[in-house]
Amino acid sequence: MRKVIMGNHALSYGAKLGRAQVIAAYPITPQTQVVELLSEMCADGTLDAKFIKVESEHSAMAASIGASLAGARTFTATSAQGLALMHELLHWASGARLPVVMGEINRAMAPGWSIWSDQNDSLSQRDTGWIQFYCSSNQEVLDTVLQAFKVSESLLIPSMVVLDAFTLSHTYEVVDVPEQKDVDKFLPPFKPQIRLTPDDPHAFGGLTSPDYYFEFRYKLQKEMEKAADLIEKTGREYEKLFGRYLGLMEEHHCDDAELILITSGTMGSTARVAVDELRKEGIKAGNLRIKVFRPFPFDAIRNILGRARKIAVIDRNISYGHHGIFFQEVKSALYGQNGNLPLFGFIAGLGGRDITPSDFKKIAHYALEKDNPEEEIVWTGVRQ
Amino acid sequence: MRKKNTSKKIILHSEKDFPVMPMSLGSMLFNKTGAWRNIKPVIDLDDCIQCGICWKFCPDVAIFIEKEFPVIDYDYCKGCGICAENCPAKCIKMVEEEK
Repeated sequence: MRKVIMGNHALSYGAKLGRAQVIAAYPITPQTQVVELLSEMCADGTLDAKFIKVESEHSAMAASIGASLAGARTFTATSAQGLALMHELLHWASGARLPVVMGEINRAMAPGWSIWSDQNDSLSQRDTGWIQFYCSSNQEVLDTVLQAFKVSESLLIPSMVVLDAFTLSHTYEVVDVPEQKDVDKFLPPFKPQIRLTPDDPHAFGGLTSPDYYFEFRYKLQKEMEKAADLIEKTGREYEKLFGRYLGLMEEHHCDDAELILITSGTMGSTARVAVDELRKEGIKAGNLRIKVFRPFPFDAIRNILGRARKIAVIDRNISYGHHGIFFQEVKSALYGQNGNLPLFGFIAGLGGRDITPSDFKKIAHYALEKDNPEEEIVWTGVRQ
Repeated sequence: MRKKNTSKKIILHSEKDFPVMPMSLGSMLFNKTGAWRNIKPVIDLDDCIQCGICWKFCPDVAIFIEKEFPVIDYDYCKGCGICAENCPAKCIKMVEEEK
């Protein structure tokens, strides 16, 4: 059924159709309407799940870990400072191999307080061992929640479904909400082999000596490496049922592009419009929107960028003292490939400042006019 | 005394033998933490009033009630003395472990 819903509610419908059994959340700012709708669904019986209200995001993730360990399909959501407060337990969820799925609304980190879009919150959690999907439409948000449950439960690695604050989270779009019976065909119930149960008691996560710790981390990485292929495979399964492919990235006119703009999240849809306009001017531009950030899709990116002549990475985030974070990752993926491909790193839209098609066109012209970047970081839209 | 399962010490040779997550693999069946003890509780059952406080307070779950009287599992009792401290009849004495 087609519904007009906001991005936050696309997450809620995803969790509902995924038949989440436990939802643990902190209900105050920086929380969004994601769990508001889910709590209503739990209260009126539309969703047969236990809703646990907690006193902080740290506790929200702790409760999610307990529920997931007990074998329940578990969902939570947060943003910005709330995600930062979860940090310790994000490591715990992945280290304990619990397939929690979390909606993460990309809000800028305080200070100053912000409820606008910026990726530094989720990218600060890069090394916590979570799969990260960056979405660019409300439809993609809903679809990706279902895919995330499937991928996470298969690999026993938690997932974050990330969307931009405001430009997706509070923006209403038409979303095709799938039928429950069709979703059930795609996503079977969660049945973990090991779980917290009195029938087979174990202590979990206890002291692990150097004799053993190393192998657990090795195994986590080995499973993470399988995620890229599994995301493509489940994306094709999803396409068969619902007609929408969910892949690692989205290409737009990359085949013959002289310049490829690399984007993520909603920047990707804006860049697509800019690319179309540039093409009308006779400029062969393309857009590659990276959807999956962890695991970083090295092979797929090398395959596409191997054909490019110039690359501009636009980051709505920054690693202070280094670069934009997607820029670093793309650069490391391309090391030793394709000679000395000129790479331009742009920072734009921090704290939710709009990034418009004309900004992307300026970026494209800048990169096309220069043989190599003159600065480590090119700032776009700073008031001079 | 409660019947204990017996288990051989589990040794993981290859990463493939490891469970998916860090978890106990029955190690407490062979890891007898009673060996950590320096002093041990001894119950004088003649004075015991069968209140069950020692059983309830034991942080190592090393006291069991059998035929309505407490019995200490010295395989796991670490000798913390909480039972002796809390016994209202003062019938538990902590005595030096002979080593």
